[in-house]
Amino acid sequence: MTLATAVAGLLWLAISAYAVLGGADFGGGFWDLLAGGPRRQRQRDAIAGAMGPVWEANNVWMIFGMVVCFTAFPAVFATLGRLLYVPFTIVLIGIVLRGAAFAFRAHGREAVGEVPVWGPIFGAASILAPAFLGAAAAAIATGRVSPHIHGGVPGWLTPIAIDLGLLAVSLCAYLAATYLMVETEADPELQADFRRRALAAAIVSGALAVLALILAYAQWPALWDRLSGQGLPLLLLALVNGPIALIAVLTTHPRIARLAVAGQMLFVLWAWAVGQWPYILPPDYTLSNSAGPDVTLRGLLIIVAFGMVILLPSLFLLFRIFKGRNSAEPEPDSFTLSSRLTTPSS
Amino acid sequence: MDNVTLARATMGTSLAFHIVFAVLGVGMPLLMSVAEAIGLRRGDRFWLALARRWSKAFGLIFAIGAVSGTVLTFELGLLWPGFMGFSGSIIGLPFSAEGFAFFIEAIFVGIYLYGWDRLRPLAHWLSSIPIVISGAASSLFVVMTNAWMNSPAGFQLVNGRITHVDPLAAALNPSTPTEDLHMLVSAYVVTGFAVAAVYAAGFLRGHGDALHRRALPLAMLMAVLAAGLAGITGDASARFVAGNQPIKFAAQEAQFQTQPGAPLHIGGIPLPSQRKTILAVEIPHLLSWLLTFRTDATVRGLDAFPPSLWPNIPVVRWSFESMSFLGILLGLLSLLYWYLAIRRRAPPLFPRLLSALVVAGPAAVLAMEAGWFDTEFGRQPWIIYNLMPTAAAATSASALGPTFIVFILIYVALGATLVWLLLAFAARERARQAAPATAARPRSA
Repeated sequence: MTLATAVAGLLWLAISAYAVLGGADFGGGFWDLLAGGPRRQRQRDAIAGAMGPVWEANNVWMIFGMVVCFTAFPAVFATLGRLLYVPFTIVLIGIVLRGAAFAFRAHGREAVGEVPVWGPIFGAASILAPAFLGAAAAAIATGRVSPHIHGGVPGWLTPIAIDLGLLAVSLCAYLAATYLMVETEADPELQADFRRRALAAAIVSGALAVLALILAYAQWPALWDRLSGQGLPLLLLALVNGPIALIAVLTTHPRIARLAVAGQMLFVLWAWAVGQWPYILPPDYTLSNSAGPDVTLRGLLIIVAFGMVILLPSLFLLFRIFKGRNSAEPEPDSFTLSSRLTTPSS
Repeated sequence: MDNVTLARATMGTSLAFHIVFAVLGVGMPLLMSVAEAIGLRRGDRFWLALARRWSKAFGLIFAIGAVSGTVLTFELGLLWPGFMGFSGSIIGLPFSAEGFAFFIEAIFVGIYLYGWDRLRPLAHWLSSIPIVISGAASSLFVVMTNAWMNSPAGFQLVNGRITHVDPLAAALNPSTPTEDLHMLVSAYVVTGFAVAAVYAAGFLRGHGDALHRRALPLAMLMAVLAAGLAGITGDASARFVAGNQPIKFAAQEAQFQTQPGAPLHIGGIPLPSQRKTILAVEIPHLLSWLLTFRTDATVRGLDAFPPSLWPNIPVVRWSFESMSFLGILLGLLSLLYWYLAIRRRAPPLFPRLLSALVVAGPAAVLAMEAGWFDTEFGRQPWIIYNLMPTAAAATSASALGPTFIVFILIYVALGATLVWLLLAFAARERARQAAPATAARPRSA
């Protein structure tokens, strides 16, 4: 395996982590916007409670992926910036407004109570970002991000790009719904709400995924060849895994469902990546013709190795404290700092 | 406006916005950690309450810092593809390290903010340590890349192609020591004065209480120590710039003529078209002496370089002057505070001093922004000094005008909302404190 392949694998791992962690946060925003029924407020509280401690760390996976991309494959980063300026700017606006609205709502509630605009901004921005990320991914996968292509519909506005943008949104929503089924295990009513939402998202995602395959077959033979060639094993895994996830949701096995839906996201991403290997940005850039010098790639791998030694235990700690089986039970009050904090009165 | 101007305006606005939150993200964790440590050690609930109150404000500030930092990562590629395509593999490694540092910071901020009710006291305090360290490390790593733009190193250009890349030499380029340290201590200067300003204002409005009596001295301690270090590192920076970027140095000092025994100009208006500076107070020989400790040393002026390589001289000059002038005043103010505090053995709460401290908060932010204006405008017309013109690095995308306006609107909205929430938060905390003590007792004994 060449250094460039190793670093590309790393890049894809970062994108994968962002997809299953950050993606769920986008899905949380989606369900916040669509919260309804008698338990509307409890749904929103569950979403906020699930995202609160982790969304900022989840967001860093994307930054990490971008940094790996411009360090290891600077020409690819530059070309993406040039040719996908509009969709990436919209993604960026979505990410900014999503994060700001969430933080303002979570940390500002104590000071100013509920402000009705945060919710819609948070929700709408959470849809905007994955939609345009999906469309941009489609533009890359279909080989439309190239300085040699002039005229025609931009690669991120083709039918398959629109379909994949919608699929990204619905997969995020599906993912978030299964995560929230796990989070709400102690509250069967609330869990049933998220189970219904997971089912709806599953059906929509399945339909959009089938449509994407049809469009690829009909309109993008090169993409179809890659998916049905090198990418085939992963694509088949995705096709088998889909019903497993659905059955797990139907039979209310939230932990299996969570795993299966996250797996679905990963199979799709890796089928794409493996399918187009050794291209990173078809048709112009392969891993070898766009990679930086070996010394930089090696340095990057060393930094990542050292970084992971600190990062992984820290992440483990974060998720253990807030996402562990018994995390819903705070420490007995007398042991925590809160108990020592009488509000000073003098 | 052309693309280069729009790209610079967008990037500059984003940086100017982000840096305020970035420096608070570096400095506030140290204040919170120290306050919590004192509180735990002395069993003092006021110190603990202070740390917790700061952590709530910090939660907002950190979130806005994180999203505005995300903007910058995107904008590197969206606005400056030529620059990133060229230099990504040379300076990407410090960025990667910064990515990890920021990751660690985000993780422990999550634990710290949401852990008050879940962790035992010592564990909670320990979770502040990685935030302090990784915040400082982020600043060091990311400024390395800016330092590299000022003194590119760690590669060779052969027939326009990059060879012999040495990422370590690029990260530890000649500008790194002075620029990195000056930025890091400046982050603590800004945080110290910004926090002091909040509590000085509280005292002035008659809200002074046990928390105020603890917060003000702690913030001023950070301010005085950091201001001293900022003076030392700032001096070292200016000396380094004189050798490394003589045009920037001459513009900073409004020195048009190359001459032995150059005077120090204080104030004044540089007139590039007439090659002179008017209305300045000139102290003979002082610039030569400051630079070399010899009164007759020759200082290269702007006339030693072609005007096509001059930056915008008034902007560079006034940024430099504002930073230096405000920095010196802030240092003196912090010394005065401690002189009075030590003499009185109590926080000095004279209204005039407190008013000065209220002004010092924004002044410290201004000084830091001016320092960045000096660095960035002073490097023009280059994005990579003496190597790549800024104009060659900008994108050719066609939507820069609308997106510039969109981002301005977003920043205005975010800034205004944040200020509103922080003020509302402070008012609420005051109201809660004024309520009868019995109402605020904890649930358990």
